[in-house]
Amino acid sequence: MSANDRLLEVDELVVHYPVGRGIVGTMARRPRETVRAVDGVSFTLERGELLALVGESGCGKTTTAQTVLRLLEPVAGRISFHGDDITSLGQRELRPLRRRMQIVYQDPYESLDPRLTVRKAVEEPLVIHRAGGSKAERAELVQDALERVELSPPGLFLDRYPHELSGGQRQRVAIAAAIVLGPELLVADEPVSMLDVSVRAGVLALLDRLRRDGLGVLMITHDLSTAAHFADRIAVMYLGRIVEEGPAASVVSDPQHPYTKALLSVVPRRDPRERTRPQILRGEAPDAVRIPAGCRFHPRCPIAIDDCRRIDPALEPAGGSDHMAACILAG
Amino acid sequence: MSSLLELDDLHVWFDLGEGRELHAVQGVSLSLDAGQRLGLVGESGCGKTTTVLGLLGLLPPTASVSGRVVFNGKDILAGGEDSIRPHRWTDLAIVFQGAMNALNPVQTVSAQIVEALEVHGSASGRAARARVGELLEAVGIPRDRGNRYPHEFSGGMRQRAAIAMALACNPSVLVADEPTTALDVMVQAQILELLDALCRDFGLALLLVTHDLPVVAQLCDRAAVMYAGEIVEQGPVDALFHDSRHPYTRLLFAATPDLHSDGALAAIPGAPPRLDRPLEGCPFHPRCDRVFSRCPHEHPALKRLDGDREAACHLNDVPAEVA
Repeated sequence: MSANDRLLEVDELVVHYPVGRGIVGTMARRPRETVRAVDGVSFTLERGELLALVGESGCGKTTTAQTVLRLLEPVAGRISFHGDDITSLGQRELRPLRRRMQIVYQDPYESLDPRLTVRKAVEEPLVIHRAGGSKAERAELVQDALERVELSPPGLFLDRYPHELSGGQRQRVAIAAAIVLGPELLVADEPVSMLDVSVRAGVLALLDRLRRDGLGVLMITHDLSTAAHFADRIAVMYLGRIVEEGPAASVVSDPQHPYTKALLSVVPRRDPRERTRPQILRGEAPDAVRIPAGCRFHPRCPIAIDDCRRIDPALEPAGGSDHMAACILAG
Repeated sequence: MSSLLELDDLHVWFDLGEGRELHAVQGVSLSLDAGQRLGLVGESGCGKTTTVLGLLGLLPPTASVSGRVVFNGKDILAGGEDSIRPHRWTDLAIVFQGAMNALNPVQTVSAQIVEALEVHGSASGRAARARVGELLEAVGIPRDRGNRYPHEFSGGMRQRAAIAMALACNPSVLVADEPTTALDVMVQAQILELLDALCRDFGLALLLVTHDLPVVAQLCDRAAVMYAGEIVEQGPVDALFHDSRHPYTRLLFAATPDLHSDGALAAIPGAPPRLDRPLEGCPFHPRCDRVFSRCPHEHPALKRLDGDREAACHLNDVPAEVA
């Protein structure tokens, strides 16, 4: 596949948030500080691929995804969609792109308008984008979308309100509203973390099927077990950077970066006989206002050497094929 | 040998008004020995939090409660608030769900623990302050950090402070309701390590309420699985995972992703029953993959089985070769 045919290519993306100085800070002319939420992130996503962006809260995974959708403005870097640079498109030029890239949020209790029936909620994107043709044609698209998310027969759900649905059903409605426009890219931000265990697998299997049908899915999750099960590739973020990236099976079974190793070691296993030997990192990730010099992970790294204080490692091949890590000791 | 804490046939009803009632807990019995770790697991709405609030006499006045809570051989629920108050915090303590976000924002962490000690008359003045230092150290917070405010603490540190506060009066049973739910996986590991150490070092018995099966599998000796207000199976965690005697337990594990197993995950179809109307038959039968003629009509009782466990499923009455 040529690079131009790539669904999504993100190159050295940087996103900053200003930190408020407060009145006292402003009067004292304290220097403006910024949160370097995303600090040089690069990755690609093909059609029919599910990439899981994993990491702890504050690592920049949601900011990355929202910037890719141009919901936030990057300070630097480049976002290409089907080979076209969309980094600096204006809102008007973005409009036709919006229907090709959609997002599903974490909480289906908040993301659905309680006053809209399922029919209206799924139809709304068509109306907003003046898509889907006549009223009858739109109704058909809505039915199709509900069938695809397995709310069938759709007639049973069309006139219901969100409060009449279970959490799993609500999330399916949110996914139907996201796919009704026929997008090529779907960002799923913690799509199952608010749902009960017994329904999670169903929603994830649904995303998996949509992926098989050709949708590119960027899934943000803090749950490594879920990523291991459903992702083609996993990218691990720490303090605004991807520190390791590769095929899901390879990242999980043969991690190269000490942060990934530690993270995997603390995931509780469901079989009590598989006692985990957790390698617990002390403290919590420092905030992204003061990113440590050298390797940003070195203050918590169990194997750091002197060079780690000076060298900011790039993401380089390590481990198996297509597998990369940002650690001078990896590989 | 009698247990340290026994819960016997606990029922909780909530008054919904207009003569309607929600039967949230439907005859739960549990026992906990000194130093033992029991996981109470189930999905949202199954009654696990209501069970532990009932156990501690902390339910709101709209709830009616029946059953017995026996601590050290004495029924502490029988006399209402007056009989349970002397035991709450001093014998049985709880870390509430979201406790880390319920610390008083305008008081230092130490001051809040001192207050807890003074209210219960366990210590005051200089002795209380010394005790706070010990408690903070026990939960892994450096003593001198105690005079900071909650907003200066990270999420993990606030959860440690909440645990320290629960331990203030030296309880022998700690109830922890979803203690790691909102935490990141590394901080979760730190808190689980702490709970593990507290049980080991102080002989504390732990009742861990959670929806997270892997956490229970790793931290607890035994687990009780709740569904629709009842315990449907309980036993050693190893037996529950490897040889479950209730389809719900098996299906729940099968729906839980695991880092290194590539078997397909299966969702459990359907949803739990509503508890504001009487249930007929087994509460799980509409979702069960092993349902047979008895299930829609007969309610299965929780029966003692081999290997120190109990399950409420008609399949256990059927000889293995037939089932």
